Amino acid sequence: MKCFSLILMIPFMALSQDIRQSESYANGRVVYEDFCKLCHMTNGKGVPKAFPPLANSDYLEDIKATVKSIKYGLSGPIVVNGVKYNSVMAPMGLDDQEVADVANYILNTWGNSYEELITRQMVQKLTAK
Amino acid sequence: MLVLCFACAQNDTSIQTPSEVDYNLDLIVTDLELPWGIAMLPDHSLLITEKSGLLIHFKEGNKTEIGGLPKTYVRGQGGLMGIAVHPDFTNNQRIYFTQSSSIASDDDGGNTALYSATLEGNQLIEVRLLYKAQPNTRVGRHFGSRIVFDNEGYLYFTVGDRGKRDVYPQDLNLDGGKVYRLHDDGRIPEDNPFAGVSGAKKAIYSYGHRNPQGIARHPETGAIWTHEHGPLGGDEINIIHAGANYGWPVITYGKNYSGTTITKETSRTGMEQPLYYWIPSIAPSGMAFVNSNFYPEWKGNLLVGSLKFEYLERIIIKNNKVVYREKVAADIGRVRDVIVGSDGYIYLAVEGKGIFKVVPKS
Repeated sequence: MKCFSLILMIPFMALSQDIRQSESYANGRVVYEDFCKLCHMTNGKGVPKAFPPLANSDYLEDIKATVKSIKYGLSGPIVVNGVKYNSVMAPMGLDDQEVADVANYILNTWGNSYEELITRQMVQKLTAK
Repeated sequence: MLVLCFACAQNDTSIQTPSEVDYNLDLIVTDLELPWGIAMLPDHSLLITEKSGLLIHFKEGNKTEIGGLPKTYVRGQGGLMGIAVHPDFTNNQRIYFTQSSSIASDDDGGNTALYSATLEGNQLIEVRLLYKAQPNTRVGRHFGSRIVFDNEGYLYFTVGDRGKRDVYPQDLNLDGGKVYRLHDDGRIPEDNPFAGVSGAKKAIYSYGHRNPQGIARHPETGAIWTHEHGPLGGDEINIIHAGANYGWPVITYGKNYSGTTITKETSRTGMEQPLYYWIPSIAPSGMAFVNSNFYPEWKGNLLVGSLKFEYLERIIIKNNKVVYREKVAADIGRVRDVIVGSDGYIYLAVEGKGIFKVVPKS
């Protein structure tokens, strides 16, 4: 019985380092390189005044907002780590699996950690209009 | 001595920011998301492409969406992009545009497509696909997509390397990393440089490009000029010659985004040197020569938008050398396109803001 509950728990207790071993994370890295890196930079620090950081970014604490912005883009003023940004991120045209993959990459790189693997189904739920 | 030589490789043309300017920047079109391209019709109204796939006609203060566009494959940097007006629009009402598109290929993804269409009221009719770069790919970057006509009526457009620098730019049998030349009806000119080369894509006019997103016709020489995004450093200005190889990625003044070396070679026999290169990269987008009398001090200067540093760059060129660079509209935002309209005014498309008109004070 104890064993059974442990197995049940595992999906909810994935460690950030396990996520970094996942296929989704690896695919997310490819998506990041292609679609995100140019503005948010390889180190996730963004560009001062223009593009907000993803590394140690308080914006990412809101998972729904994070996933939505990856899927639909973002424009208008936002505040990240106390700094105002007002740029446009056009929709990237990613499918839900790619959104999940790159979310896993962003949420578990540069010291970020989020102990739940984002799935395609979660993206669908979080971004339902 | 050696140090001196390096320093002289390119003149010091650090960009200047004037303390006072004698123009106003009037925001004339608001509420645009990501205006990618602008073109002016003979009645001085504007056509504006939104990357998301909308074509907007701005006339007498009103925005109208133009119908009849083919479906845009919006992905990464791709969308509805370049726009140009036929030199004889008054008689044929024809326009040209580029978009990323998933048509004409069984592969998943998209690539750059060039269309012509007739503008009838608020509708495009006689929409014709003139060229579709192959293959489709889900890679989201480097679509090129600028369009211009030369004085003989040939149409030029660009396609970027689609994120595969070691595959496309140096291979004449493949699309990508090229400047193309067509007749205005899409036919391939018989004297195109590779028209007689077996297996080559006959529409190619020049190759070895990375991602050209600026193209302009020189007002005096009529030559076609482009600029292109380099990687980390190494954005270039080039004058386009038939059949020429601009070297990407065999030679470059840029590095990988990570800072690692792509190649140590910056020149090679048989490959063109850029007229100018930017280090650091400014992320150039949009290109126009000043040819009107509204800006007498700027006549003949080259204008280039900077996405990265959020200004318009005014460049003085003497004997094909850049001798002076200055910020126009410093800190205005990400300048995606610049034109000098048929009304003589300079217009800028700025991401998230709209279209600005540069109006001299005096």
